[in-house]
Amino acid sequence: MPEDEIEAREVAASNYWRANVRLLGLLLSIWFICSFGAGILFREYLDRFSIGGYPLGFWFAQQGSIYIFLLLIVIYVVLMGRIERKHGLGDGEPQ
Amino acid sequence: MSTQTLIYIFVAASFALYIGIAIWSRASSTSEFYVAGGEVNPVVNGMATAADWMSAASFISMAGLIAFLGYDGSVYLMGWTGGYVLLALLLAPYLRKFGQFTVPDFIGARYYSKAARVVAVVCLIFISFTYIAGQMRGVGIVFSRFLDVSVTIGVIAGMGIVFIYAVLGGMKGITYTQVAQYCVLIFAYLVPAFFISFMLTGNPVPQLGLGSQLNDGSGLYVLQKLDLVVQDLGFAAYTAGTKSMIDVFCITAALMVGTAGLPHVIVRFFTVPRAADARKSAGWALLFISLLYTTAPAVGAFARLNFTESVNETAYADAPGWFTNWEANDLIAFRDRNADGIMQYRAGAAFDGAPLFTDERGASGERLVMNEDIPGGTNEVYVDRDIMVLANPEIASLPGWVIALVAAGGLAAALSTAAGLLLVISSAVSHDLLKQTFRPQITEKGELAAARIAATAAILVAGYLGVYPPGWVAEVVAFAFGLAAASLFPAIFLGIFTKWVNREGAIAGMVTGLGFTFLYIAYFKLWEPAANVQANWLFGISPEGIGVVGMLLNFAVAAVVAKITARPPAEVGRLVSMIRVP
Repeated sequence: MPEDEIEAREVAASNYWRANVRLLGLLLSIWFICSFGAGILFREYLDRFSIGGYPLGFWFAQQGSIYIFLLLIVIYVVLMGRIERKHGLGDGEPQ
Repeated sequence: MSTQTLIYIFVAASFALYIGIAIWSRASSTSEFYVAGGEVNPVVNGMATAADWMSAASFISMAGLIAFLGYDGSVYLMGWTGGYVLLALLLAPYLRKFGQFTVPDFIGARYYSKAARVVAVVCLIFISFTYIAGQMRGVGIVFSRFLDVSVTIGVIAGMGIVFIYAVLGGMKGITYTQVAQYCVLIFAYLVPAFFISFMLTGNPVPQLGLGSQLNDGSGLYVLQKLDLVVQDLGFAAYTAGTKSMIDVFCITAALMVGTAGLPHVIVRFFTVPRAADARKSAGWALLFISLLYTTAPAVGAFARLNFTESVNETAYADAPGWFTNWEANDLIAFRDRNADGIMQYRAGAAFDGAPLFTDERGASGERLVMNEDIPGGTNEVYVDRDIMVLANPEIASLPGWVIALVAAGGLAAALSTAAGLLLVISSAVSHDLLKQTFRPQITEKGELAAARIAATAAILVAGYLGVYPPGWVAEVVAFAFGLAAASLFPAIFLGIFTKWVNREGAIAGMVTGLGFTFLYIAYFKLWEPAANVQANWLFGISPEGIGVVGMLLNFAVAAVVAKITARPPAEVGRLVSMIRVP
């Protein structure tokens, strides 16, 4: 591989890593707010509201946070796919 | 056909299926034995991970725990699912890109040290054995209750099955067997939940049923009714809980991080073809897991309601059949304090500790216990929380085939997890200790043979622990998470997300984290159980949650030690750059 191509790949890799870490920070904030925040720290306040027969804080702790976890992984998979294509990285489609 | 016959048929059919799959997917190389050749489809791997993950504790115990803990049970629901977010985002894709066989492989290479690898192996074996003993006990409980054989024969049968497919098939055999086991266990879990939810609320989807009104004409929501019923009997409100906020916070965090640090879960992500597949696979795993985990709180709440209503103020002579069945299995007891022959179920213990039955019967025909009385107590019913899921179909008077299905499901959950754990133990011994550390000249064939011998030895030890469970096993299983959170997770995380944490830092961090957490748990659980009250806990954090403090100590010690010792060599920087890019 010629010198400048290696360099271009290194730049792409470091941009890719920065984009990845930014995305991680965002998604993990949501992860924290929904589980530790809504399900534990602000549970008593949220319990004044309800969703069906569930007090809201209780719902976050026993149902909602799990659905949100799943959604976060789906979003991460999709956005990482995009970021990889944008930076020309990734290990190709499965054979 | 009698329920007993159905149980035999269901269990035998499921075992035949597992063995058939194992023979079809034998491993022929070390790569197939350790990581199924690294070519498992992400959906299949997700399903196998779910079975691997959902142990006897998830299947048998969790809903029962939630039934009696109410809101406090949320720590298990969030803790054992939230960890998958950490796995998918922080660990799995990079470890897959690294592309070796085991967790200690990564630690050893990233921290350029055989000592770090051996420390990781010690952490791994420690975590896995505390975990596996509980699985074998789960197998024993299901066998003794449903198949009318002794716990010993039950455990030996379980060992035999696991031996066949783990030792022959390695990771490849285990993966495909786990897919079958997932199907059995999730079906077995959901079917009774649908029935019970429909019976109580008219809505067959338990996740919605728990938020619905009861169809008994009262117009009350399930959770409202449950709060009223349990508070009436002197318990804390179901939706409020009794643990302090800091403790709930720390236990949840310890379980989440611990999940992400459990070696038998991490290693499953070494089996897919690409880093992107590892992310996808974690998503599939969480989807399959959440089917059970969002159902469990409904199962727990319905069980608590059904149990309370069918037992409280009922004469022992009119007790339902399941009550006396489980009493015969030592898991339920009735002490008639006021000698009126009627069971008063109230808050508080019926007597001190687990029941110690005598051979005599009381005035109403109940089995007498010789436990110390608790002065001033009013509760007359002892119930082991573990029975709620297993007894649920009987409590709700469901047909015999549902009961048989639950028996097969409980066994599937216990066996699949046991197999996954045995595999990481055997690969730690044959690959990390022999091949990579002490006998590097060993041939591939020799390594494969060593892996099989190690798996066999691990099965024997696990079986022994299942037949003769030391008193501390049930207590300690939940602590495997704290230990994983405090030892392996920080070392792996720092290995991926920093380039400057070095060998000295990682080893010092792992030793500090594991040592601190182990000593704290051992102090309160083994040496001074009487002192295990909130007033004595560090910052009010119970031993279940202390892994979080261990983890923070691990991070802090690793950072400080790495800063004051030599930087890692240049090739470590290149290795980290390599694994960060897919």
